[in-house]
Amino acid sequence: MAKKHSNKLDFDTGWHYDPAPESPELAKLKDSYDLFIDGKFVKPTSGKYFDTTSPSSQKILAKVAEADKRDVAKAVTAARKAYEGTWSRLRPSERGKYLFRIARVIQERSRELAVTESLDGGKPIRESRDIDLPLVAAHFFYHAGWADKLSYAFPGRKVGPLGVAGQIIPWNFPLLMAAWKIAPALATGNTVVIKPAETTPLTSLKLAEILQEVDLPPGVVNILTGAGSTGECIVRHPDVDKIAFTGSTEVGKLIRKTLAGTDKRLTLELGGKAANIVFEDAALDQAVEGIVNGIFFNQGHVCCAGSRLLVQESISEKLVRKLKDRMETLVVGDPLDKNTDIGAINSKEQLKKIQGYLKVGQREGAEIFQTSCPLPKRGNWCPPTLFLNASQSHRISQEEIFGPVLAIQTFRTVDEAIEKANNTPFGLSGGVWTDKGAKAFHVSERIKAGVVWNNTFNKFDPASPFGGYKESGFGREGGRHGLEAYLNISETGGNR
Amino acid sequence: MSLSATLANSPPIDSVGVAERVARFCTRSIKKSSKMEALKLALSMIDLTTLEGKDTEDKVRRLCYKARHLHVDLPDLPTVAAVCVYPTMVKVAREELNDCGVKVAAVATSFPSGQDDLSLRIRQTKGAVRHGAQEIDMVISRGRFLAGDYQYVTDEIVAVKEACGEAHLKVILETGELYTLENVRKASDIAIHAGADFIKTSTGKVQPAATMEVTLVMLEAIRDHFQETGKIVGMKPAGGISNSKIAIRYLVMLRETLGNRWLTPKLFRFGASSLANDLLMQIVKQSSGVYQSSNYFSID
Repeated sequence: MAKKHSNKLDFDTGWHYDPAPESPELAKLKDSYDLFIDGKFVKPTSGKYFDTTSPSSQKILAKVAEADKRDVAKAVTAARKAYEGTWSRLRPSERGKYLFRIARVIQERSRELAVTESLDGGKPIRESRDIDLPLVAAHFFYHAGWADKLSYAFPGRKVGPLGVAGQIIPWNFPLLMAAWKIAPALATGNTVVIKPAETTPLTSLKLAEILQEVDLPPGVVNILTGAGSTGECIVRHPDVDKIAFTGSTEVGKLIRKTLAGTDKRLTLELGGKAANIVFEDAALDQAVEGIVNGIFFNQGHVCCAGSRLLVQESISEKLVRKLKDRMETLVVGDPLDKNTDIGAINSKEQLKKIQGYLKVGQREGAEIFQTSCPLPKRGNWCPPTLFLNASQSHRISQEEIFGPVLAIQTFRTVDEAIEKANNTPFGLSGGVWTDKGAKAFHVSERIKAGVVWNNTFNKFDPASPFGGYKESGFGREGGRHGLEAYLNISETGGNR
Repeated sequence: MSLSATLANSPPIDSVGVAERVARFCTRSIKKSSKMEALKLALSMIDLTTLEGKDTEDKVRRLCYKARHLHVDLPDLPTVAAVCVYPTMVKVAREELNDCGVKVAAVATSFPSGQDDLSLRIRQTKGAVRHGAQEIDMVISRGRFLAGDYQYVTDEIVAVKEACGEAHLKVILETGELYTLENVRKASDIAIHAGADFIKTSTGKVQPAATMEVTLVMLEAIRDHFQETGKIVGMKPAGGISNSKIAIRYLVMLRETLGNRWLTPKLFRFGASSLANDLLMQIVKQSSGVYQSSNYFSID
């Protein structure tokens, strides 16, 4: 072995990138947004509005209506009427045309939507522009294609829609999650009452404008803004046929309890604590890139984030050095700056939660590493963080932090890696990094998770089903599998 | 480290991952003063090159004049790093450039194919150095490399390095003939192991010449050797880097892979002929706010 030198690379001094921000004006925001019910924007019955603020500048972006039980009732009635009267009777190819139209207008307005997403949610514009928005459009395009081909998706069976779908989505990918929920529901002939997250309602409301623009029949999609109590009203409403929820495991469990004994269908996409396993024969520099994408993508606010790193002992020193060097080049700051890699933490509450885990990790004895990147004064920020020498019994290795925090453990054998990866209540995703094909298949087959990436991470495609094992939820979104969640499939036919 | 240890250390390369990393460099948006700084830096890193059968002494003289006087109206301009010519032109280039700081680089060792006796290639190298070449750009025997004769490739680099004496040695891998990124990495490791001062992508005579993917793999080889042994090696992508936009992307890649220490003509060069004028045009645009006609930039 060569003698080890402490040769550090210099990423601090010298040439730096000047800010290159998108203008917040591009978001074209109104001062206030109402509820979208029956194809129209209507004031909330209670007259109550809440502020949505930017997690970076802390400025109030707009006032947003808060829906209560009465508004939910109106929305469900509108959705039921649209379901019975128009949407379920429409020729499937016509449903497909609406979805195509939605997709195209989303593409046309993608810059406005991307800027809005970054303003309201804090994610870097590079991601909202290059990842979120293209995927949003892709989901509508993909499901538009399915609308008149459903019988081919399930050969020999009869399929029909469920009715009114109640959908509750999280704040980490606001518009993308709306697309994941709305596109398959509409393609399969259902109508929708959807609630975006309290901290990130704006892109959903812009989507409402787009639905008006494409003349989607009134009531097919109803968008209600509000907090947890609004969501609860949707879940409890007796005339909703199906609930689709993406969010925390805690709330997922509550929803499942609430629905017990009812005939409502349910799919849950919940938390995760995915392991990225790097073997000694992996392409290390590319693995580093995958680890970075796995945990620092969207500030780590990703349910399928690779928040645990399992690295083979023989390469751990080298890999961690490369990872630290790579992290030093990550720019944390203004989400609208095109050079920003890591934006703002979505809310003060979430920041507090992450900071709590940073303390817990240190108290538990793991070694903390954070980059020296300067942070802006105002706003919610967390530098990219590693916990070295984490152990399986540390809370930082077991619990979902939902922030840019990676717990690193080492392993020696393949079996040990598999055992550690599966030793978690979650099972949403996993990553396997090896140059050996046989090993990749051997390990991937044994990871109990809905998606396992090989030599890459956090890759999404509407054609690929996504969903969890264990406490990460059930049901799949995307692909042919995702259609099942919105269909009655039988030998004799569905509702129609 | 022995050659076998060097080769054993040569990691697998995932070409999909490399392409993704490169795409990410390309999303960096370089504006305002950081752009100006990058343009001038890129200018200072150019090996102004003419490598044609039709080259004459007059042509080389004109190129040398250009190297020293990039633009009459722009203050604070750097000069290019070097002028790169065939061995027969070294003498005249050295006369023109004298000791102005712009180096004379010569492609030697039976450029571009390298298909010749090693003894002849070494004689050519020695001749170029004797005539005043301060830098030697050698080619490796790609045939031998592809045949797996890594020892031969190592030995030829060691021999040429010795023939160089004080002159800096740039080792051209001709990545367009190595086909895979893993081969590029292996050849980089061999060249660094054998004593290269710089590793260089291409002769410019084979397509594809420099690509960002290939350059990234080579930069990572340089970084790994630096971190494991402390040895500092330079990098020269050559061929195909024709405009400022591409050049700035290379600088972004360089900064984020090797850090600021490498952002100097001592450790990074662009082998290019038309890049200089585009950089000058952009520098004028940055300072005046408007683009000028290309007629205002001399072509030599």
